[in-house]
Amino acid sequence: MSVIEKLIEYFQFPMVRYAMIVGVLIALCSSLLGVTLVLKRFSFIGTGLSNVAFGAVAIAAAFKMNNTFLLSLPVTILCAVLLLRTGQNTKIKGDSAIAMISVGALAMGYLIMNLFPSSANLSGDVCSTLFGSVSILTLTTEEVWVSAALSVIVAAVFLLFYHKIFAVTFDEEFSAATGVRAKTYNLILAVVIAVIIVLAMNLVGALLISALVIFPAMSAMRVFKSFKSVTICAVAVSVTCAALGIIISIIAETPVGATIVAADIAGFAIFSCIGFILRKV
Amino acid sequence: MAQLVCQNLSLGYEGKTVISELSFEVNSGDYLCIVGENGSGKSTLMKTILRLKKPTLGQVLTGDGLSPDEIGYLPQQTAVQKDFPASVREVVLSGCLNRCGLRPFYNKSEKQLAEHNMEKFGITTLAHRCYRELSGGQQQRVLLARALCATRKILLLDEPASGLDPAVSGEMYELISGLNNEGLTVIMISHDITAAIKYASHILHLGGGSAMFFGEKSEYCKELK
Ligand SMILES: Nc1ncnc2c1ncn2[C@@H]1O[C@H](COP(=O)(O)OP(=O)(O)O)[C@@H](O)[C@H]1O
Ligand SMILES: [Mg+2]
Repeated sequence: MSVIEKLIEYFQFPMVRYAMIVGVLIALCSSLLGVTLVLKRFSFIGTGLSNVAFGAVAIAAAFKMNNTFLLSLPVTILCAVLLLRTGQNTKIKGDSAIAMISVGALAMGYLIMNLFPSSANLSGDVCSTLFGSVSILTLTTEEVWVSAALSVIVAAVFLLFYHKIFAVTFDEEFSAATGVRAKTYNLILAVVIAVIIVLAMNLVGALLISALVIFPAMSAMRVFKSFKSVTICAVAVSVTCAALGIIISIIAETPVGATIVAADIAGFAIFSCIGFILRKV
Repeated sequence: MAQLVCQNLSLGYEGKTVISELSFEVNSGDYLCIVGENGSGKSTLMKTILRLKKPTLGQVLTGDGLSPDEIGYLPQQTAVQKDFPASVREVVLSGCLNRCGLRPFYNKSEKQLAEHNMEKFGITTLAHRCYRELSGGQQQRVLLARALCATRKILLLDEPASGLDPAVSGEMYELISGLNNEGLTVIMISHDITAAIKYASHILHLGGGSAMFFGEKSEYCKELK
């Protein structure tokens, strides 16, 4: 059976089509805020929050909650807001606070999963929470719809606050000094980041989220020089890599999350080369 | 009432006092130059005026109904991020944000204001260039244009000419002086006393944890002699 035939056969299933749509939407959202995260040195927070989300999912699973979003979303948002607060005061304190929360959440999550196993296949559960579902087909219909709805909301919020996000990322002091509500926009930023992380967890798992957020932005920044062009390029790269990753994972039967991240790494390598050549010319 | 009144200000960080018992006034249309050695608390004072920092004692009062969204600010150079991908136009336009309120996008008059200010400082041709790839003098012009987009009454500048060569810093001072002549109140930090005496109407000299001098330029010149 040829590769194309295999793909066509797979896309006959509605679940595969949904998963593709959701995967692309999540990739789009996570790349939107990449530039801001990288430049505000929030990448740390991204990693920390993904571990928090892991802990929350573990607890939700232990309580046999059907929809883990209900717990992981509010907990992650709360932590994002708290971390942003502490991070603003002094850099070092903020960093160790993030490290403590993130490692703590990881350990507690694993402990709880061991104490209250929700299925017989414990290591499989842990693995899929950390690295994403082995196959996109294991996403439930409910998860697909919630993910799609949240993605659309995140993209809309980003669009509406685009200029404000630019201003507080570029120069927060100037914004605050000239009467812009910088604190409020930082708060919105924290909430959106938390939503993106919980979303992306379904696709690539807790450990690989940072890659999904950071790689497309870093790739775009190698070549483009304005905030707008970097943002658009990051979205394009992220969506392309996610679509490619999902297709490859279907054909080669590889884990979805890791395949998408591998595609992102390849994208970064390509953009680094282009950037290098452009600078030489 | 004066546009800006500082009453018995004491400033410091975590218990360490930098300035104490500082009082002065700025009237509409004044050009106040704040001078003093490095570490004498000039930037700290400016951040307090901008309400980015709380004074440990005393207060900053504003008259003439001056509200935060009528203030323009040019921060000391280090504040702006070095590896940020932003075009000149994006940076200048971001100065208009305090006019937007909850409106998500810039309107026509705000875009025109940004174009106008870029033209004023001769950076229209740089509009699509990347901010971080400009020379120091060009970057300061961009930040000045942004500050001018943000202000309607008063302009606060923290060492706008630091790190520029003499010819370029001279141009910078001329531009700022022109803005003052157009009616904007200017508060500028500088460690260049010659420039301060040339352009300012009032001088505040900080040193030894307090004001060594505050008053009109002519009196300051007398004291120098
Ligand atoms: N964020 C800070 N935390 C602690 N001390 C600070 C901070 N910023 C400045 N200082 C101290 O306050 C004093 C005044 O600094 P600053 O206002 O920047 O001086 P100037 O602008 O006149 O050179 C210095 O002694 C400096 O070390
Ligand atoms: Mg200073």
